[in-house]
Amino acid sequence: MSDKNLQEYWKKNLRLLAVLLAVWFFVSYGCGIIFADYLNNFRLGGYKLGFWFAQQGAIYVFIIIIFVYVNRMNKLDKEFGVDEE
Amino acid sequence: MGVREWTYIIVGITFAIYVGVAIWARAGSTSEFYVAGGGVSPFVNGMATAADWMSAASFLSMAGLISFMGYQGSQYLLGWTGGYVLLALLLAPYLRKFGKFTVPDFIGERYYSQTARLVAAICALFISFTYVVGQMKGVGVAFSRFLEVDFETGILIGIVIVMFYAVLGGMKGITYTQVAQYCVLIVAYLVPAIFISILMVGNPIPQLGLGGTLSDGTYLLDKLDMLSTDLGFDEYTTSNTGKVNLFFVTAALMLGTAGLPHVIVRFFTVKKVADARKSAGYALVLIAILYTTAPAISAFAKTNLLNTVNNQPYSSMPSWFGKWEETGLLKFEDKNGDGKIQYYNDKNPSYVSATATPNGWKGNELKIDNDIMVLANPEIAKLPAWVIALVVAGGLASALSTAAGLLLVISSSISHDILKKWLKPDITEKGELRAARITIGVAVVIAGYFGINPPGFVAQVVAWAFGLAAASFFPAIILGIFYKRMNMEGAIAGMVTGLVFTGAYIWFFKYGGGLPEQYIFGITPEGIGTLGMMLNTVVALVVCSMTPPPPAEVQAIVENIRVPRGSGAATGH
Repeated sequence: MSDKNLQEYWKKNLRLLAVLLAVWFFVSYGCGIIFADYLNNFRLGGYKLGFWFAQQGAIYVFIIIIFVYVNRMNKLDKEFGVDEE
Repeated sequence: MGVREWTYIIVGITFAIYVGVAIWARAGSTSEFYVAGGGVSPFVNGMATAADWMSAASFLSMAGLISFMGYQGSQYLLGWTGGYVLLALLLAPYLRKFGKFTVPDFIGERYYSQTARLVAAICALFISFTYVVGQMKGVGVAFSRFLEVDFETGILIGIVIVMFYAVLGGMKGITYTQVAQYCVLIVAYLVPAIFISILMVGNPIPQLGLGGTLSDGTYLLDKLDMLSTDLGFDEYTTSNTGKVNLFFVTAALMLGTAGLPHVIVRFFTVKKVADARKSAGYALVLIAILYTTAPAISAFAKTNLLNTVNNQPYSSMPSWFGKWEETGLLKFEDKNGDGKIQYYNDKNPSYVSATATPNGWKGNELKIDNDIMVLANPEIAKLPAWVIALVVAGGLASALSTAAGLLLVISSSISHDILKKWLKPDITEKGELRAARITIGVAVVIAGYFGINPPGFVAQVVAWAFGLAAASFFPAIILGIFYKRMNMEGAIAGMVTGLVFTGAYIWFFKYGGGLPEQYIFGITPEGIGTLGMMLNTVVALVVCSMTPPPPAEVQAIVENIRVPRGSGAATGH
């Protein structure tokens, strides 16, 4: 693969990482810690919302993040022809 | 049949399975011994990673810790799962493409330096050793309480079992026994949780049950908040202490998770880069099943416990109470001599003057060790004997699987990174394999010895292992992948700074007489790895900018690991 292509691939990879890590930070440190007190004013059934994020919700989002990443990267690999046989 | 008979049967069956699997999956080459031959499927690797990762601390201690910490305990839940996002996105695919056996291998090659390799190998050894001793202790606790053998005998049995399949099978044997151990531990964790969830809130799914309502119509968590404040404790679901420290501890656990060598090395065992990514996802799903159940167990157990013991006559306590008292993990002292158990927060002055003193209470009378909550929970909830036995088997599975993974890192650090790559490069593959088997055997015995006679520092295993992994490996690996210009000088300076700073801080506050008032920004030793990681990064970048860039061939390696195509099997050369 040419250098230019490689750089383009890497740039797209980094952009995806930045978005996903922003979500990662927001649900765990944001909703679970920094804004937890405020979110506790709302409820999700028997849960206070901030507490739910800290002990349940953030973990579910982590899983989604990884599978979105897997999916997007597989597509990106194919697009640039760097996938494995 | 009683609990004891059931325990013998269930633990016996599970141990027979582990031994059978180990015989089936013997290792014949160094590649099989270190990375299971590199042909493990992503889902199998996910299961093995989950068992490897979930230690005696996750299985036995975590729910208990959360029980007593409430919202604050979220640091363990977030910290020990969020690290997998970092692992999947920032480390696993690139390290898999790099295709070597160990983490020090990566550090040594990427930073073209034997010094860097040696520093990394010593870090890996230290982290793994402190961690494995804790597992051995967990094995001892489970055996001594339920099989009524001595603590020492319990550890000896554990040593023999781990020795058998780790020495015989290396990574290959460990991988497939870990799959069996994952199944045992997850069933053992879920069964009592489901039972208790049905009993308490009528919902078979603990994750939903935690948000459910009790028979009197109130939400479980609201009831728990009320019970807690009634006894002078903080509300269960809200935070009353510093958020800064919570932030730092969570981050240290996440970064540490992503930097732990026994977790990273699991991703060297899959076939392809795409498999490494997917495998991290599977691992997190399988881990999350336990980690989202844990807070439910915590809340159920706490509610049950408060209802069972508080202000009740000691003579009316159920039989589990006495059994746990014998182990010393549960202590009752009738300070005011009224024959009743008063469990409350005697460090809350307004509560003491308003409620405790007028009632004639003279201090909290009950001491409960975190570690017994999961083991005692089924008994407290009066579940059948076989469920209790299952939990014991699960606790043992979690401790043994993690111990095996750690022992492999210890063995590969010595036989591969130090012996083969440094002291004796001309050693044959057969010789290296023999050395690996001997070191793993010796390491099990040493770990067992320290499990029986724990040195002071192991009590703080978590702070040490995670803090050091976060402050040393994490930045060195990340910079090695994402910053092509990072050179040997920067990486070594950074790792040494991170290690010395974090190590000194933990040492000072744990053993050097440091007082909580002296914490930097109020950060406890558990959270200091985050600051160590930041220092490491800054020092690495500054030193790097003042020293020459890495040689062209190293820059080519970095280019190469960034694309998946062309990943061969992991090799030692």
